[in-house]
Amino acid sequence: MRLMLVLLGLLGAFTAPLAAQDRLPPAPYAYEQLRDPAKEARAKALMEELRCLVCQGQSIADSDAPLAGDMRHEVRSKIAAGESPDEIKAWLVARYGNWVSYDPPFDRATAFLWLGPLLFLLLGGWLAFGRFRRGASDDAEDSA
Amino acid sequence: MIAELGLALLWIAAALACLSLVAGTLYLRGGQKDLAALVRPASVAQGVLTATAFCLLIALFVRSDMSVELVARNSNSLKPMIFKIAGTWGNHEGSMLLWLTILSLSGALIALFEKRLREDTLIATLSAQAALGLGFFAFLIFSSNPFNRLPVAPPDGQGLNPLLQDIGLAFHPPTLYVGYVGLSVAFSFAVGALITREIGPAFARAMRPWVLFSWIFLTIGITAGSYWAYYELGWGGWWFWDPVENVSLIPWLAGAALLHSVAVTATRNALRAWTVMLAVIGFSMSMVGTFIVRSGLLTSVHSFAVDPERGTFLLVLMAIYIGGALTLFALRAGSVAEGKKFALLSREGALVINNLLLTTILALVLLGTLYPIVAEAMGEKISVGPPYYNRVAGPLALILCLVMVAGPLLGWRKDDGKKLWSRLPLAIFAGAAVLFALILFGGKVGILPLLGMTVAGVVAVASLAPLWGRNLRRTPLPTWGMVIAHFGVAVCLAGMGAESAFIKERLVAAAPGDVIKVGDFAVKFVGVKPVAGPNFTSIEGTLVATTSGGQSFTMRPEARTFPGLMGTAPTETNEAALLTRPGGQLYAVLGQPVTSNDGTADRYQIRLWWKPLVWWIWLGGGLIALGAALSLLGRAQLLGIWRSRRRRKSEERFAP
Repeated sequence: MRLMLVLLGLLGAFTAPLAAQDRLPPAPYAYEQLRDPAKEARAKALMEELRCLVCQGQSIADSDAPLAGDMRHEVRSKIAAGESPDEIKAWLVARYGNWVSYDPPFDRATAFLWLGPLLFLLLGGWLAFGRFRRGASDDAEDSA
Repeated sequence: MIAELGLALLWIAAALACLSLVAGTLYLRGGQKDLAALVRPASVAQGVLTATAFCLLIALFVRSDMSVELVARNSNSLKPMIFKIAGTWGNHEGSMLLWLTILSLSGALIALFEKRLREDTLIATLSAQAALGLGFFAFLIFSSNPFNRLPVAPPDGQGLNPLLQDIGLAFHPPTLYVGYVGLSVAFSFAVGALITREIGPAFARAMRPWVLFSWIFLTIGITAGSYWAYYELGWGGWWFWDPVENVSLIPWLAGAALLHSVAVTATRNALRAWTVMLAVIGFSMSMVGTFIVRSGLLTSVHSFAVDPERGTFLLVLMAIYIGGALTLFALRAGSVAEGKKFALLSREGALVINNLLLTTILALVLLGTLYPIVAEAMGEKISVGPPYYNRVAGPLALILCLVMVAGPLLGWRKDDGKKLWSRLPLAIFAGAAVLFALILFGGKVGILPLLGMTVAGVVAVASLAPLWGRNLRRTPLPTWGMVIAHFGVAVCLAGMGAESAFIKERLVAAAPGDVIKVGDFAVKFVGVKPVAGPNFTSIEGTLVATTSGGQSFTMRPEARTFPGLMGTAPTETNEAALLTRPGGQLYAVLGQPVTSNDGTADRYQIRLWWKPLVWWIWLGGGLIALGAALSLLGRAQLLGIWRSRRRRKSEERFAP
């Protein structure tokens, strides 16, 4: 990723933009990127995994909702302060529960979610390959 | 009058569905031979009447008849005409009537044009279609009546969600619905064939055009919906693994599996039980999707509980239809032999693996969509999103693509592994070239996009291989269709991979005169001006994008405000500006004004993305639909009828 955002990222970094919908202006990092491309990439990856809690099926990385903006600011500020994405996610999960993360953890409640596809595949494969074994030897006999 | 007439037509159409069902059942139980003659005309009349009722509802929206509750809630006299019409299906009741119209018209089309099936199977199929219709007529009339009058007509209506006031979205739901509900025909064919035990190549050939037909519409609908989300939601995402998207993808996956397995049944008289099963699954998934979207389950289990009537009604209908079809299948499964056998390394073998992978992906998408709902009911709130699907479905989809490389190059029944390898070197070389180029020049690329683009290279070349050494003018249309559709998958995959790997993003607060660099472009923010639309006001920004080669393009993104109608809150939408270049798209959004510390508000939030090859995603979707359309054209009965008529004429000419 070749991100060049040295010059203009500065421009509005600590001003208070005016939001039309909400009383409070959005926080600075809601609509602006971090200056360090590596940090911004980490923040972006994390933001795409976090649910906008007031939207319908959107991550905070692609929502105009004021809350999503606040959460983006939170994530970018913490990344800028040197926290790791995992720490930030753990902090958010502690506050909002697993609901906030689009990447469900593997635990008792989600075991079937993660293992289910494998079970489907094995079951389907077992059914299908049973047919091949029987079918491989014979030629064109019609069993109808 | 119009509304009352519409409701009356619905009742009559429901009665005709009842008639088809009863007459068909009595005929099939033996005896009443003359009753069979009723079923075809009743099906046709049901289709015509339901379609007329739908046209009457459109007329109510066009006339802005605010005494009708549905119009008052979802339309407004100031809306542009096209969105008044589109408003007809932009709501629950109207969309359910559209659903039922397509269901009834499909029945009418079978009654008019299906000539290949045995008479009793055809009557059973039409009866099954009528039974489906009957339940949904009851749902519409008793719990979602679109023609309901208000005691007092309000002066004007509440309008249509501004997000939906977009020409792309106006035609997205009908397209998707044709696909969704078109699968009901495959379902009814399967039920009909199970009842009369006529499952074989003839049944498969009769069903195949219908599967292709609805799958074309599903493909176009999903592709168009993805493009709509891309340019309308203002953040440039093209697939969100959102539950509403998933429930459209699930029938598409079932349709894709079905049209491959039906090919095996039609050509080789194999996989018969499986084809019937998939036909049942396909439409069942359409019903599950309708249920999930229409019951309010999506927002939360609790919103379902607030208004459980509709949800419960749909749930009962679904249980009857799916349960009934599966019971019938279980009863007849013993007498449905799987048909002819084949080796693993054969065309059939590859198609079985294709089906295995497609149905596994289907199952996991369904699992991921339903899991949060079930978990919430049990007191756990979790979210399942892109990380899950990419990690679980991604690898399966890539393996599926590799099977797609081999399948078309294999012969039926049994083939030789060495021969397969001898057909592949060029494709493997293409994949290796892509992989090396990406590793050498691509920088840091994620593993999934990397593999995606590599596989795309292999598939692109291999998909053309079936044409190798053939007389292109004599190559049958279905072969062209397969080649183009498979090539479309490669194009789509390459677009997805390139977009995720090489996207460039710039989010800034810019003042007029500022220049923002993104990708290969220097974008100058010239300024903003207010613009008045037919039913909105808007701030239009002007950006001039200049490439490193010196070419300049003007882009005009808008931030629109739709006033609140009849006491509702105003809504704001972003109209992104798109600049399409051979290498991708530049995507620009004008955000909100930014106030500086000294109180001046001369700067605006500007969001810019350079999205390499992003339009290949939808081009690929279009190619897949085109390929399916060519296959349909090659197999359509119409051509067959035309040909046999010509043959008959020429025979008659030479007859003594």
